[in-house]
Amino acid sequence: MEEVKVIGFWASPYVYRVTWALKLKGVEYEYQEEDVFNKSDLLLQYNPVHKKVPVFVHGGKLIAESIVILEYIDETWPQNPLLPTDPHARAMARFWTKFGDDKKPEFLGFLGRTGEEQMEAVKSAQECLKILEEHGLEEKKFFDGDKIGMTDLSLGWIAFYFEAMEEAAGVQVLEATSFPRLHAWIRNFKEVQVVKENHPDQARLLAYFKWLREMYVKPATIWAEFGAAYKLLCF
Amino acid sequence: MDLSMKHEYLPEDLQVVSLGFWPTPFVARVKIALAEKGVQSEYKEEEDLKNKSSLLLQMNPIHKKVPVLIHNGKPLSESLIVVQYIDEVWQDGPPLLPSDPYLRSQAMFWADLKRYIYPVGWKVWTTKAEEQDAAKKEFLENTGLLEELKDKPFFGGENLGFVDVTLIPIYSWLPVYEKFANFSLVVERPKFIEWAKKCMEKESVSKSSRPAKAQ
Repeated sequence: MEEVKVIGFWASPYVYRVTWALKLKGVEYEYQEEDVFNKSDLLLQYNPVHKKVPVFVHGGKLIAESIVILEYIDETWPQNPLLPTDPHARAMARFWTKFGDDKKPEFLGFLGRTGEEQMEAVKSAQECLKILEEHGLEEKKFFDGDKIGMTDLSLGWIAFYFEAMEEAAGVQVLEATSFPRLHAWIRNFKEVQVVKENHPDQARLLAYFKWLREMYVKPATIWAEFGAAYKLLCF
Repeated sequence: MDLSMKHEYLPEDLQVVSLGFWPTPFVARVKIALAEKGVQSEYKEEEDLKNKSSLLLQMNPIHKKVPVLIHNGKPLSESLIVVQYIDEVWQDGPPLLPSDPYLRSQAMFWADLKRYIYPVGWKVWTTKAEEQDAAKKEFLENTGLLEELKDKPFFGGENLGFVDVTLIPIYSWLPVYEKFANFSLVVERPKFIEWAKKCMEKESVSKSSRPAKAQ
């Protein structure tokens, strides 16, 4: 059997997409933790262009970029498909996945800001969440229909990270009354077996986001660390 | 659920329409892909992006941007996603993406130019002094990486592939970068320019490109 390996970082939602996908398909893999604040030579060698996690290794072949990895996984192990067969539906799944990724700065901006700026950032995040709620999710159980798919895995970070970020930043963003569909989706998503058994620890996430927030709102004297943290958060 | 939309501009029998704006390289990608596949389509130019047409706003309400592809009334946006869709729907002739999953993943990785080409190009054009020098260096490094990747005429092999289609529209912007940052790609990256010129010889590419005007 060919080696399957994921190089990741415990707090990275991009890594969870990949491990959830592998577990959904029943693919055994080896996981290697990387300290992204102190990158190993191995990571720099495996992903020389972007130097980021996750990196996926299959039988000696290296693949970087989580969505590229997901498409590879879906093509290589076709059981429990992540993408539908209809080309238009596939394109829409990719569209919403991309939307979630492109809007990361808007979704996460409130974590590193204070006062008026933070309020603006909260509004910005809520506008993007509204689009997901009304146009992405609509009346469906999952973004990809009755079962979870690539879009759900890509947006799955919302189910775990938002609460921790809101608490660390002292604001409410994803309120249940304003986002009933997203809240229902979060509940359904967390019930999926592979997600239930494999997700970031909430207490650890909270501590992590509190630490990140302290870095942001300090005056930017420790620029290198700030830059790394910001880049990490913008994943 | 019927996702097709009605609009006064879309007569019932018109199968494929693309909406664009000529300077954007992302629009050229869609035009080239459609031409490579020999798809009969109509192109509609957005005259003024500050005053967007009702068709564009209806077809891309989320981002309100071009390109948009409308196929049998159903709209799609985001150029890479549209090119991949075109490749999946029209299967006559050579595919743009390889069938091998690993080779596909490599093509998709390198085709995502907004990670390592376009923003750097933008900085080359719009910044000055040290920032511009750093951007120029990065641009040359990244085009160098691309040069290494290719051992056949095109990234797609003997025919245009996904990376060729997504990358070649940058060719019309190169004179702008060269002028503003004072360097010559023919000198620094001759293999890259040779590849670009080969692409431009293809009718699908030359018909979809217009030179960018340096302001």
